[in-house]
Amino acid sequence: MSFTHQSPLVSSRRKLLGAGIAGGLLFAFHLPVRGQDKPLKVSDVSTGPFAPNAFIRIDVTGKTTLVMPQVEMGQGIYTAIAMILAEELDADYTTVALEAAPPSDKLYGNPAFGIQATGNSNSVRAFWMPLRKAGASARAMLIQAAAVQWKVEPSACSAASGEVIHAASGRRLSYGALAEAAGRQTPPADVPLKDPKDFTLIGKPLKRFDTPAKTDGKAIYGIDVMLPGMKFATVASCSVFGGKVGKVDDTAAKKVPGVRQVVVLDDLVAVVGDHMWAARKGLEALNITWDEGANAGVNSAAIWDALRKASAGDGVVAKSTGDVAKALAGGDTIEAAYELPFLAHAMMEPLNCTVRLTPDACEIWIGTQVMTRVQSEAAKAAGLPLEKVTVNNHLLGGGFGRRLEADMVAAAVRIARQVDTPLKVVWTREEDTQHDVYRPAYRDTISASLLNGRIAAWKYKVTGSSVLARWFPPAFQKGIDIDAVDCAVDMPYDIPNFHVEYVRAEPPVPTGFWRGVGPNNNVFAIECFMDELARKAGKDPIAFRRDMLGKQPRLQAALDLVARKSNWSDTLPARAGRGVSVQPAFGSFIATVVEAEVDERGEVRLRRVTSAVDTGIAVNPDTIVAQLQGGLIFGLTAALYGEITIANGRVEQSNFNDYRMLRIDEVPPIEVHVIKSGEAPGGIGETGVTAGPPALRNAIYAATGVALRRLPIDKEAIAVRSKT
Amino acid sequence: MATLKINGETKDFDAPDDMPLLWVLRDVLGMTGTKYGCGIAQCGACTVHLDGQPVRSCLLPVGEVRDRAITTIEGVGATAAGAKVQKAWLDLEVIQCGYCQSGQIMSAAALLAATPNPDDADIDAAMAGNICRCGTYVRIRAAIKRAASEA
Repeated sequence: MSFTHQSPLVSSRRKLLGAGIAGGLLFAFHLPVRGQDKPLKVSDVSTGPFAPNAFIRIDVTGKTTLVMPQVEMGQGIYTAIAMILAEELDADYTTVALEAAPPSDKLYGNPAFGIQATGNSNSVRAFWMPLRKAGASARAMLIQAAAVQWKVEPSACSAASGEVIHAASGRRLSYGALAEAAGRQTPPADVPLKDPKDFTLIGKPLKRFDTPAKTDGKAIYGIDVMLPGMKFATVASCSVFGGKVGKVDDTAAKKVPGVRQVVVLDDLVAVVGDHMWAARKGLEALNITWDEGANAGVNSAAIWDALRKASAGDGVVAKSTGDVAKALAGGDTIEAAYELPFLAHAMMEPLNCTVRLTPDACEIWIGTQVMTRVQSEAAKAAGLPLEKVTVNNHLLGGGFGRRLEADMVAAAVRIARQVDTPLKVVWTREEDTQHDVYRPAYRDTISASLLNGRIAAWKYKVTGSSVLARWFPPAFQKGIDIDAVDCAVDMPYDIPNFHVEYVRAEPPVPTGFWRGVGPNNNVFAIECFMDELARKAGKDPIAFRRDMLGKQPRLQAALDLVARKSNWSDTLPARAGRGVSVQPAFGSFIATVVEAEVDERGEVRLRRVTSAVDTGIAVNPDTIVAQLQGGLIFGLTAALYGEITIANGRVEQSNFNDYRMLRIDEVPPIEVHVIKSGEAPGGIGETGVTAGPPALRNAIYAATGVALRRLPIDKEAIAVRSKT
Repeated sequence: MATLKINGETKDFDAPDDMPLLWVLRDVLGMTGTKYGCGIAQCGACTVHLDGQPVRSCLLPVGEVRDRAITTIEGVGATAAGAKVQKAWLDLEVIQCGYCQSGQIMSAAALLAATPNPDDADIDAAMAGNICRCGTYVRIRAAIKRAASEA
C-alpha cells in the first residue's frame, strides 16, 4: 500500500512473516509524520531482524514499523492501533512507520469475525488485548536482550521511547541496537500489561497519522492509482436488479475519440478508453438492449406490502423473559409500527478497482474493508490460485459498509480478462448509487403495557432482510439475525416481561451492511416508542427513561450529563422541541439530545445537538468526539432525506441531486461530552448514526405533537395545514 | 497539443476541448489530488481555482480554460490563504476519510482570499456546495474561523 504516489516500494513479506502470508508482495507505505517524510526503503522493511509478531518489526537502525490489521476509512483506526501498539512496546511514537497488512485471515483476522474485516465498530474492541499483548511481548524480548548483554536481571531494566534503560548503572540501549539480539529471544508465554494509570499515549488526543497527506493532494485512494500503460473503464449494468445484457450496438461508441474497446459481459457492459472521459462518453454512445428479467415489475409499494405482510406473522423468538402475553393483557397497552427505508451508502469515493492481469498473476489496487475477500473474489474471477493474487489496499474514501463487499473486484477482473493493458475501472456516481447493496428496509412493531408509570411488558418484532445470512452464514443460526435484533435483545430498560421476535423477509433488492448496522432499526424503534410511552404515562421523556435504567449506571450517567449540557428543561419557542435518545450500542453508552424546529411548511431546522458518551477508555479522545460528530450528521442526513425507492425494478435515485445530503448550512453546533472511564474501550464509528434519528424524531414529536413512525421525516405530516 | 497553467507551471496535454478539466488533471496529467465525486457539480470534490475563483472542474470543459491560471490542491499551499487553511485543518483535526477535503480546502481557501474574516453566513454561502459524507462540517466551520484569525 502506498500513501502517496512517490513511495510504493515492494518488500518481501513472505520472508518476514512466514508461510502464513498468502499474498506474496506488499506495497509498503510511509506516513509523513512530524518532519520525517522520507519514503520507506526496501532495505528498511526487508532487513529488520526483530519481527516478534505480525504487528511489529524493528530494524537495526531502530526503525519501528507497525502493521495495521484494520483499514483506514476515516475513523482514525491507524492512529488508534499505532497508539495501542506503541504504548505497550514503549516505542518512540513520533518515528514509527505504519504499513497496511497484506491479506491473511490467519495473521490479521478480526478476532470478532475470524476474517480480515473492518466493520461493526469493533476494531479497537477486538484488537485491544491482542495488540497490547503484541506490544508488551516485544518489549519484554527487547528488555531480555539488554539484560543478557548487561548481565543484569530483566526486572532491573525498563523501557521508554525506543530504549531499554538500566537505571542502576545509567546504561541505555536503543531498540535498533538490540534488534538482532531480541530476535533470538523466545517470546514470553505470559507478559504483564501496563496499568492504565501508566499509559503515556492512550487517552491523549494525539494527531492522526493519515491526515497531513489528505491536505495537499498527496494521499492516494484506490481511485487515484496510476500504472504505466493503464487504460480507464467505466461500466453500465442493467438498471433492473438481476437483468442481463441483450444486444449491444457499439458503432457510435467506437467513434468517440479515445475509446479503445467495448467489453460486453453477460450482466454488464464496459467501455475502455484513454481516460474516464472517453470511457464515459463511449458508454453514453452505446445502444444497449437489456433483458430486464423477473424484477422488471418490482416497485416500492409492493415491497412494502410484502414486508408488512411478513411482519404480521409470527417470528423466531430471539429472547423472552417473564410472561408477556399476560402482562400485556393486564395493563394499559399501546402499540406502534416503525418503518425504515432502503438507503444507499454514497461514499464520496465512488466504487473503483484497478487490475493488472497477466496469464499467471493478478494484482489488485483498491480501498477495501475486506482484504481476503477481495483476494479470493479476484482469484475466482481470474481463474488463478489464491497465492497468485496480490492486493494493495489504499485509503478508503468512505466505507460505511459498502466496501465490506467485493462485487466491484469480481466485475473489474472479469472486464480486465478481455483487455490487454492494466485497467482502472471506475463506477460513475449514478452506477454506484443504482447498484449498491442497500441498507435493508425494516418494519419494527412494538406493543407494551404501562403499570404505575413504568413499562410492565414489551413485545418487539423486527422484520427485514438478513444481511448477516448472506455475508457471514455461520453467524446466522436458528433463523435469528443477531445483528438485526442486536439492541432489541440488549435492552437497556429494566422490563419484567420482555419478548423479541425476528422475521426474515428478503426483498428483490440486494441488501448490505450500512453504517450503524442492525442497531439502526432497533434504537430508532425503541427510542421513538419510549417517547410515546412517556407521553402516555404523562412523564418527561428523560425522567421516564431514567426510572427504568437502574441496572445501567453508565447509561444513566450519560443521560444525566446530556440533560444538563443540553439545557433540557429550558423553554423553547413555539414549534421547537428537544428529543432524547439513549443507546448501549457497540459497547458504548450514549445519550443524545437533538433540538429542532419545524416551520409551517414542515421544513425541519436543526438547532443544536448534544451527546454524552461513555466509551470506556477513550484511546484517542479527539477521535471519539470526531466520530460522534460525524456519525450524528450521517444519521441525521438519513433521517431527514434518505430513501431509496424502486419503480419498474429500478432505483429511482442516481446522484446527489436526488439523493440528498446534509450540507454545512444545515448543520447545527454539535457538542460531544466524553465521560472519563476505566472500562475496556467500546466501539464508536457507528454510534452517532444510530443516536441521531430517534432524537430528531422525538424533537419533532415535542415540537409538533406528531408521532412520526417512518423515515425519512415526512414534511407533509408535520406542516401546519391550511384550514380552508 | 495544448497547454495549461497549473500551480504556476506550464503543462502540455493532449485532450479534446470538451473534456472536463477534472479528467485532464487526473487521467491525463496524473494530478489525482482533485477528486471525482458526482460529475454534475453537486458535491464540490473536484473544486479548483481559476484565476483564484473556485470552480467545479467536473463540468468545466478544458477548452474554456485557455490561459487562465489554475490552482489545484497540490499547489494551493503556496498561496497565503491556502497555507492557513491547510494548517487550521490539521490543527483542529478536521479530516476523516479525506476524500472530499481537497475540494473543501479549495473552497475555504478561495473564501478566505476574498473574505478574510468570514461570518457564519459567508461560510455557509461559500461551503454549502461541498458535501462531506463523514460529517466534518462542525470542524470545517471552526477551522475556517481559526485560519481567519491567524492573519
